[in-house]
Amino acid sequence: MKKIDIFKKGLFVENPIFVLLLGLCSSLAITTSLTNAIGMGIAVLCVLIMSNVIISLLRKIIPNEIRIPVFIVIIATLVKCVQMLMNAFTPALYESLGVFIPLIVVNCIILGRAESFASKNGVFDSLLDAMGMGLGYTFAVLVISFFRELIGTGGLSLFNPFDASQVIFQFEVFGDYAVSLFTQPAGAFITLGCILAFIQFLKVKKANKAKKVEGK
Amino acid sequence: MGLVSLFIGLTFVNNVVLSKFYAVCPLLGVSKKPKNALNMGYAVTFVIFVASIVTYVLYYQVLKPLKITYLDLITFILVIASLVQFVEMFLKKTSPEIYKSMGVYLPLITTNCAVLGVALDNISAGYSFIEAAVAGLAVPIGFTIVIYLFATIRERLEIANVPESFKGTPIALITAGIMACALAGIAGLV
Repeated sequence: MKKIDIFKKGLFVENPIFVLLLGLCSSLAITTSLTNAIGMGIAVLCVLIMSNVIISLLRKIIPNEIRIPVFIVIIATLVKCVQMLMNAFTPALYESLGVFIPLIVVNCIILGRAESFASKNGVFDSLLDAMGMGLGYTFAVLVISFFRELIGTGGLSLFNPFDASQVIFQFEVFGDYAVSLFTQPAGAFITLGCILAFIQFLKVKKANKAKKVEGK
Repeated sequence: MGLVSLFIGLTFVNNVVLSKFYAVCPLLGVSKKPKNALNMGYAVTFVIFVASIVTYVLYYQVLKPLKITYLDLITFILVIASLVQFVEMFLKKTSPEIYKSMGVYLPLITTNCAVLGVALDNISAGYSFIEAAVAGLAVPIGFTIVIYLFATIRERLEIANVPESFKGTPIALITAGIMACALAGIAGLV
């Protein structure tokens, strides 16, 4: 497999949220605003890259029987580091993401990639895989939060994560017609459901086209 | 009275699955047969109840006096992983059928957000020991109710005439969204 394919696979073909349906817990909870989504995406990306690299380096030392506990301890340590760093440098983001930063430990994406990729492949491949998957996750949470914030509040906004008072952009499109249901938990389920339906729609269309070509 | 309202609040009003999104993965994965969903619910109830008590005691009796509270995540996840291992061994010995039907989802209880989530919430909300124990019981009961209801709805959805694009996971997610709306309706109760 080409190196670039490993990277691209995580972004689209095996997008962790839209295709593999992993890590839904955090992706549904924190997608109320673009700022939260970017913060969470970067946190997951950092943890995923470090855990994949470390596990891939240690893959020949770790005994097979106890590999899962070892992976979990490595991941928990990394998440705690990220949590402490975020508490120190991005306090506003830390506050709004709350319990979902420590819950990165039990995010299926990270353990899943450690188990199915990093424990079997070289360091460089694992790094690429982590970057692809991490960016795929970030992309997916950004898409979900884009729709939720736009429909739920009628506008979009983005704040500097290191300094909450610094606004990067903020505008309102249809503030009077905002459907606040979409910022609530129910809206998260419905938004993701509709996005998945759209992806399925594209797939079905493609399959039908392929069938027609075959029929001719 | 405080404990009763805490219990009802955590079971229905702030149901962990539909308001905090803990444990969405098993909700979508296991809940195709109501019976499996119930078994999953029992296993999770046991794990969460014991885990919330053990982690609470460990946090206040070991980590805090030694001033190593930054090790909380690692300690908690190890406690949870060993508990899940215990349940797995227990089920394998006593009822191999249930063990088989739950398959890969049994070890995955370790990565069920609800277990770690409740343990962390108990600490950050500053609950007393009794309150933590009540929370450890209320949360998984709420989880079991939701996953069972969801499984029965999904069984009917299998034979329903759903548009092709919405078949499978999308319609399940929208169902969950409507259930969340319904639960939000009783928010004034507590």
